[in-house]
Amino acid sequence: MTQKSVSPAAPVGASSVPGAGSRRLAAGALVLLAAALPLAPVPDLFITQANYVGLYALVVLGLVLLTGIAGLTSFGQAAFVGIGAYATAYCTLTFGWSPWITLFVGLGATGVSAWLIGTITMRMSGHYLPLATIAWSIALYYLFGSVEALGKYDGLSDLPSIGLLGWDLGGSRAMYALIWLSVGLSAWGALNLLDSRPGRAIRALHGGVQMAEAMGVDTARLKVTVFVIAALLASVSGWLFAHLQRAVNPTPFGLEASLKYVIMLVAGGMSQVGGAVLGSSVMTLLQDQLQVLLPRVFGSAGNFEVIVFGLVLVLLLRFAPGGMWPAVGRWLPTRRIAVVPEAKALARRTPVPAGEVLLQVRGVQKRFGGLLAVDGVDLNVKAGEIVGLIGPNGAGKSTTFNLITGVLPPSGGEVQLRGQRIDGQAARDISRLGLARTFQHVKLIADMSVLENVALGAYQRARVGVVAAVLRRDRRIEASMLQEAQRALHRVGLAELMHRPAGSLALGQQRLVEIARALCCDPALLLLDEPAAGLRAFEKQALAVLLSELRDEGMGILLVEHDMEFVMKLTDHIVVMVFGRKIAEGSPQVIQTHPAVLEAYLGAAP
Amino acid sequence: MNSFELGALLVQDGVTTGAIYALLGVALVLVFSVTRIIFFGQGEFVTFGALTLAWLQAGQMPGTVWLLLAMALIAGALEAWAALREGQPRRLARIALYYLMAPGALSALMVWAAPRGLPLVLQCLLSVAIVTPLGPLLYRLIYRPMANASVLVLLITSVGVHFVLAGIGLWLFGVEGYRTPALWEGDLMLGNWAINGQGVMVLGAAVGLIVLLALVFGYTLSGKALRAAASNATGAKLLGISVAFSGQMSFAIAAFIGALCGILIAPIVTIYYDSGLLIGLKGFVAAIFGGMASYGFTLLGAVTIGIVEAFSSFLASAYKESIVFLLVIPVLWWLSRRGGASEEH
Amino acid sequence: MNAPLFQIKNFGVCYGQVSALQDADLVMAPGSVVTVIGPNGAGKSTLLNGLMGLLPSTGEVIFDGQSLAGMGTEERVMAGISLVPERRELFADMPVIDNLLLGSFRRHRLREKTPTDQLDWVYDLFPRLKERSSQLAGTLSGGERQMLAVGRALMGKPRLLMLDEPSLGLAPRIVQEMLDVIGGLRVHGVSTLLVEQNARAALALADHGYVLENGRIVLQGPAGELANNPRIAQSYMGMTTSDAVAAADATN
Repeated sequence: MTQKSVSPAAPVGASSVPGAGSRRLAAGALVLLAAALPLAPVPDLFITQANYVGLYALVVLGLVLLTGIAGLTSFGQAAFVGIGAYATAYCTLTFGWSPWITLFVGLGATGVSAWLIGTITMRMSGHYLPLATIAWSIALYYLFGSVEALGKYDGLSDLPSIGLLGWDLGGSRAMYALIWLSVGLSAWGALNLLDSRPGRAIRALHGGVQMAEAMGVDTARLKVTVFVIAALLASVSGWLFAHLQRAVNPTPFGLEASLKYVIMLVAGGMSQVGGAVLGSSVMTLLQDQLQVLLPRVFGSAGNFEVIVFGLVLVLLLRFAPGGMWPAVGRWLPTRRIAVVPEAKALARRTPVPAGEVLLQVRGVQKRFGGLLAVDGVDLNVKAGEIVGLIGPNGAGKSTTFNLITGVLPPSGGEVQLRGQRIDGQAARDISRLGLARTFQHVKLIADMSVLENVALGAYQRARVGVVAAVLRRDRRIEASMLQEAQRALHRVGLAELMHRPAGSLALGQQRLVEIARALCCDPALLLLDEPAAGLRAFEKQALAVLLSELRDEGMGILLVEHDMEFVMKLTDHIVVMVFGRKIAEGSPQVIQTHPAVLEAYLGAAP
Repeated sequence: MNSFELGALLVQDGVTTGAIYALLGVALVLVFSVTRIIFFGQGEFVTFGALTLAWLQAGQMPGTVWLLLAMALIAGALEAWAALREGQPRRLARIALYYLMAPGALSALMVWAAPRGLPLVLQCLLSVAIVTPLGPLLYRLIYRPMANASVLVLLITSVGVHFVLAGIGLWLFGVEGYRTPALWEGDLMLGNWAINGQGVMVLGAAVGLIVLLALVFGYTLSGKALRAAASNATGAKLLGISVAFSGQMSFAIAAFIGALCGILIAPIVTIYYDSGLLIGLKGFVAAIFGGMASYGFTLLGAVTIGIVEAFSSFLASAYKESIVFLLVIPVLWWLSRRGGASEEH
Repeated sequence: MNAPLFQIKNFGVCYGQVSALQDADLVMAPGSVVTVIGPNGAGKSTLLNGLMGLLPSTGEVIFDGQSLAGMGTEERVMAGISLVPERRELFADMPVIDNLLLGSFRRHRLREKTPTDQLDWVYDLFPRLKERSSQLAGTLSGGERQMLAVGRALMGKPRLLMLDEPSLGLAPRIVQEMLDVIGGLRVHGVSTLLVEQNARAALALADHGYVLENGRIVLQGPAGELANNPRIAQSYMGMTTSDAVAAADATN
């Protein structure tokens, strides 16, 4: 595991995975089947069903990105579908514009409202966000039903059909083509997005913002961006819906519709693009069958299928939170990243001369209410040096660490990184100046490959926008970033694990991956939060060897640690904190026999 | 009618509905603070209470009885199986008492009482009595096995529960809407000022219930235990206050409050099987005013909503609902700035 | 020899892939004070949390002749074990007296009589709590919070009291007060399992001690003997044996 030999960067293609060929064939057959359906003499009912499945799939795809991957729940997507539908209905009827123009009117209206709502609500985390989405979803529903110009609860009808180059796409088979083409393009775009720099950042949102911010991601803006993307997908669905039905009314855009989208999301597989189609298909088919079956069972008319929907949702969440995708997904090809061996290297920071003071902490303080958790701490870290920060429980080490890394603003004192004041700055600005960190509780994206996790570290070293990512115009920069990640993985000795999902690694290996990710930030200073915690003896050994080598290459390292043996053997200089104050500093030998330190750890003799 | 009288009437109206929202908001905050469940199905307790009363009024036996028996039997069976599996057969007696005999007796009472046309007050009591046990049974069947799930998963589960309950409501009570006679017909005269009788009942019940809850939480050990569970779940566990206890008790209170609201508004508003969603959601808006934590602000928010609703209903009736729900956004925004985002998930 | 009050064999706690505690064997006689010491990260809190059922565990746990395996936290509390956790876990928005009364919830469930006598006893142990009985727990000082946490645990009349680093964050003077009270509990029939980082103070108080290092018990014995053993300094300071002996000499 500690091999440093560089194995050739062989492009690992899907062909090396057993059964990959037949999986590709299966996927291809599915696509062909889907494309050929309207040409076959199947009953119109099937085509109509398929059309609705496609419309729902578009909305659910947005939810996959927003809720499944970024972790932001929305119970209000149906309202955005409504905006798209009403925009086109109103404009085609009142102004006589072509549907192709009103599509963009709808997208514009939806985009603006999503941006507004998103900016207000995305700051809310945990449970406030879904509540806000419910609120505005209902508000919009009633607005749709109350405005005279939109036909109130009867809505608008007699909409024109979409025309393309002289062809009338009014028939359901023609619409099938348009709808499923949209679904296909959107899915392709979503897959592209997820396989890129912004995609990795979106995935990082799921577990909370701290790690993403430390990697340089502007999480607030990114959340709004994903929210707008989901809304735009819903808007397209609304446009298609309006011109399929040739009429709009508020009912399909209310809270119940939004909730059904969430059920489809959960049923299909929350974080899988394919899950959108799967969930929409299964739930639509189920709904149809139930609408026929249940009234017979219950002996009266009425939408009883909601009972089943509700039960399905509850049972899924309890027993199969991954949805149906895991059962189906094994038949389809998996994505593999082929590392491009020759890519242009990313710009590197100029190396810092050994011995230069990288980090200067002067008199830093932190007050929580009446409690002074950190009381005037000084410490320095030089390039080519490992400094350990130790102290008994409750000494204020973690707080000091958070003050340096920008997680908390200090109440007093200053922190300088290579001469620049960083106290009170945001974590992402600090990381741009050359500081990278790891976390006490490993924060990796479990179902993403090790390589991509490490590539997240290079976030601030390249720029790729969402549009470029969706259109797959980022391949060269992507190759550079992946190459950088691969190099970092070689450095920590885990190159052969690069394609495994990060969650499948042992804890010791995960900590090394976090260090690789930090190295990808190209830092001058590395801050490690209890890197040895939970490691077995041989893993600690490997970690110590790696850190010594990094130090010898000129990196400055500050680590907070409890494991005394590890600290004593590895560090050059130790700072000891007790009750928020520094009580001693010096070499390990000095600290081990320092009376004040012994008393702090073992306790005063009674 | 001059504008003062009109204003007074609207305020009265607003305070009445506000009292209902306040009660529901309190129930939602209680359940959330103790169990972290955002209980989307609270409105269904209201409709079940109202419709059970309507059925009794019509001399019919309400289907609620079947629901109670079914849930009690399933829950009882699960408990019995667990007791046997853990080698504690002594618990079976207690289980039989709580899950078989008590619901059985209540159902028998209902069967006897339904065709007899008992006085309205007694029928109200019966309705509340039969809906209240549905709360802890629901908790036991659905939420207790998921006690460690995240707030989000619990919320989505509640959405599922809402759908199931609404559908069951449709099955048991049909699509028709019902109104029951007022508990207090006529008006209370304060000088020249006429106050609607049912409105007085609603307000009186709301105030009474809030006082009762304050007493229970402030002076009984079980009430304090519930507050403790809301304050610090780990600390409560370490004192022997089990998660099951606090969950079931808070759901019992929530169901009681819901049923009570149901019988109070049944004379004022026509109730359908799906009326619960909107009523529950307005209770939510009140709870959000309180940040899902403060009872005082919940009450304030509820009265605000009631009054805003009354006035917008009069002035711009089409937009009434939109206005109420749009109000939530600035409140949530303000709360999130004050509270700050947390990494909790 | 009397039957032990409490005994664990091959006790282990794992979370995720990390084995935080392994093969722990421990015995406690009734009416004794046993301490578990060790450097930070050794697994001391994990031991107590596992014993209390807050973390999944393996191995045998026998309390008063009864096996606790498979029991949840509340059931272990009902059996007579009480834990004062590292973070105290007080009900910050409730007054001191309510926090204390809630401590007797266990006895309420067992249908024992009202706890006024128990409350008087706790107030005798910690007079400061009586002075502040209507003050909200969240506004107390660190030392007072610790007293409240211990008092609350005692209200349930436990047979075994487990304390997780009671000296954490407290000024030395208050630590001594606290430890004196804890030492005096055995007279009232409460046996104590004390987990502490402050090795010297804990060993001065206890009858018997165990030293935990990296999730394993590496040393045990009567507290008096352990107190003079240089192996402890070695464990805490990550030293080799000769360094440890030199350090012990230097401080004596």
